[in-house]
Amino acid sequence: MSIPRPKPERFRLRRTMMFMNAQKPGLIKDAYIYGADSIMLDLEDAVAENQKDSARFSLYHALKEIDYGNTEVIVRINGLDTPHWKEDIRVCVAGGCDGIRIAKTESAHDVQVVDAAVTEAEKEFGVEVGRTLLMAALESPKGVLNAVEICQASPRLFGVALSGGDYRKCMQVKVIPGGIEMLFARGFMLNAARAAGIQCFDTVFTNLNDDEGFRAEVKQNVEMGFDGKSLINPKQIQIVHEMLAPTQKEIAEAEKIVRAFREHASEGVGVFTLDNGKMIDIAFVPGAERVIKLAKASGIYEGDL
Amino acid sequence: MELKAVGTAGTLESSDVMITLEPRDSGGIDLTLESSVLNQYGRQIKAEVLASLERLGVKNAKVIVNDHGALDCTIKARVECAFYRGCGCDMDGRFDWGGVIR
Repeated sequence: MSIPRPKPERFRLRRTMMFMNAQKPGLIKDAYIYGADSIMLDLEDAVAENQKDSARFSLYHALKEIDYGNTEVIVRINGLDTPHWKEDIRVCVAGGCDGIRIAKTESAHDVQVVDAAVTEAEKEFGVEVGRTLLMAALESPKGVLNAVEICQASPRLFGVALSGGDYRKCMQVKVIPGGIEMLFARGFMLNAARAAGIQCFDTVFTNLNDDEGFRAEVKQNVEMGFDGKSLINPKQIQIVHEMLAPTQKEIAEAEKIVRAFREHASEGVGVFTLDNGKMIDIAFVPGAERVIKLAKASGIYEGDL
Repeated sequence: MELKAVGTAGTLESSDVMITLEPRDSGGIDLTLESSVLNQYGRQIKAEVLASLERLGVKNAKVIVNDHGALDCTIKARVECAFYRGCGCDMDGRFDWGGVIR
């Protein structure tokens, strides 16, 4: 029995990416019901050193036999400084996961090494070459400073994510409400990702009892322009989806822009003003379309665009 | 690939199964099954374990299965892991995904 998965979409909506231990059958069998946009089955930190083999067998059969529906299935592989990553890649590709998260990425070379191994595995297992997507986790100052080259390292790469735990350790800082300790890393990584035209994801928020702190961080993520966030608990999913959902006013405005632009474009007009006096050109359209897409994903869109 | 020593994989957690394989020279497969869902799924669990062992080429072994409601995909994964551990395989060696592991 094998569940066929559609070809992964490089730039799909990824508001929430939830980590799950690939070794725990109780977790992976229900992973899709929580409604995260993506799940990240973990072969790395969540799996003890003497269970790396076991986690791969468990992952392989879960990928083959569990129907994850529209939930994207990413696998976090072990770092390139371990003996595990090569076999991790083989099992990911053989099982047909949508994408691979590269831990501790520090250079474009790291991404290219993984890319080459993925290509080799795709050929070995008869998977379409280029099907398997990649994302890179930046976990050190070196990784952050090399974000520009990392973001442009591979056509498989859909995004970069910050991994706060290791980064803070390197920087000798602790978690500060308001995130001053992460300001540079977040801002720099976002710029590098946007310059390369890929997505950008914030780090996990680990204090599950601090609801207010979590909301404040998600609000800041939205304001800074992140596409989504890595999560460690299902109860965080709904909060992020709610906070990323556009308001009715924003939806109405976006609809107006998209409709007006289509009408004017068919008449050969590229710049025009809306009834509220706001000047609109093609630069506004992707943003408006993104608002509509978010509204649809949030289940609050009632229009017909 | 041959079972040379006792191989164990899995845990006693809910939704998991613990599998122990012990090599022997003859006598076929001697399977002992304990399960929290023995009455409903005993036969199916046994069939899944035996099918995995056959794919792996295990002819003679003492097999202990301690199940706490594992899905088929977990049963297969644990049997395979116990087998390769019992063979003394390199944990990071190249496994036969999609071949005998399927």
